[in-house]
Amino acid sequence: MKLEDIVRKLDLEVTSGEKKLDREVTRGYASDLMSDVIANAGKNDIWVTLQTHPNIVAVASMKELAGIVLINGRRPEQETLNRAVQEGIPILVSSLPSFEVVGRLYSFGITGMKG
Amino acid sequence: MKRLRQLHKVQELFYELKIRDAAVKEVSTVSPLTMMTQVRQILRSQKITAAPVIENGTLLGIVSVEDYINWLLEGADDCPVSERMSRDLVTMYDDEPMVFAIQNFEKYRYYEFPVINRQSGKLEGIITKFDVLVALLKALDIDYSKMEIGTYAGTHFFNDVTADQSRLEFVYSVPDGDIGAGGEVASKLKKNLGYLGIHPNIIRRVAIATYEAEMNLIIYGGGGTIRTTLDGNQIRIEVIDEGPGIEDIDTVLKPGYSTAPAWVRELGFGAGMGLTNIQDSAQNLDITSAVGKGTKLDIIVPLEES
Repeated sequence: MKLEDIVRKLDLEVTSGEKKLDREVTRGYASDLMSDVIANAGKNDIWVTLQTHPNIVAVASMKELAGIVLINGRRPEQETLNRAVQEGIPILVSSLPSFEVVGRLYSFGITGMKG
Repeated sequence: MKRLRQLHKVQELFYELKIRDAAVKEVSTVSPLTMMTQVRQILRSQKITAAPVIENGTLLGIVSVEDYINWLLEGADDCPVSERMSRDLVTMYDDEPMVFAIQNFEKYRYYEFPVINRQSGKLEGIITKFDVLVALLKALDIDYSKMEIGTYAGTHFFNDVTADQSRLEFVYSVPDGDIGAGGEVASKLKKNLGYLGIHPNIIRRVAIATYEAEMNLIIYGGGGTIRTTLDGNQIRIEVIDEGPGIEDIDTVLKPGYSTAPAWVRELGFGAGMGLTNIQDSAQNLDITSAVGKGTKLDIIVPLEES
């Protein structure tokens, strides 16, 4: 499923990376620990987190993630946004809690398993 | 000169690739009893310009947009497609080289050719100019990524310069305490290695190792220095701080072990996985440390993936 379809279906607010929404997403990862995401997320994953500091962009860029979904209506910090624009990383804001976001993504066929 | 070589490569592929490599195998077919009035809907819904007419797996003919238009223009009564289809077919065998298809496209004005399995004599698929193009591009892409991996070892720079020893060094200082600035060294280094044509997989390894080391300097080391040295074979990342030092190195290497304060953990750091991630990205990680004096990490990432 394309990121833009997820944006539409989950009614996400796109705060950055508008031009990178055509990426195909098949897998997701949910974690608030940077090193855990570095160790376990994979290329083109969608990442669900509550962290809003600039490091999420560094991690997403390094792991070539498709995008970041912030939960509970949490908004990226200004510096996070600046970096996300610079790196072309989509940061998407959902008003829903993480369990709900992940559950709905799963119902779209986005799974958490590798391979 | 480059252009000539590219052309040559495509020509080579024309002979290398078989019809079956390009042919589309899921073909919408019709039966000889399908009525002409239904043809428009079938072609339209499948977005095709012609459909093979099949009886018990055997190809009888092909009914195309053109056959349909002719039938419409004549204002003839509705009839089974078997009465209006083209029986005079040019077919291709699945094991023929692609060049035959290209010759056929030049020779005939047809948009597509049915592809027959030589053994069974049955319809195997259909081939259009578009399919040929896609197959060629795919083959070129595979060739290209092979070439890319071959030349993107970053070693060419070191092969080209002449010296008894040559290496390239990038040195960064990391300030203390500013978690928000974390990742800047990794990001700069990533760009530099990109300019040098290092393979993306290697860059990713270096970026992860550097990022984790950088965060360690910020959170625990009181800031420090990251020195990256490239030679023709490897990238060496030395991470030096004058912080509190590590008491027991074996313990800090255990995944999940962390001494991070609560405010650091709240930001999603201090999971106790940083050094593990460095180990996983590198070929070698050496840690030397003296309590009260500081810590040095020596990380080696080879330029070629083993």
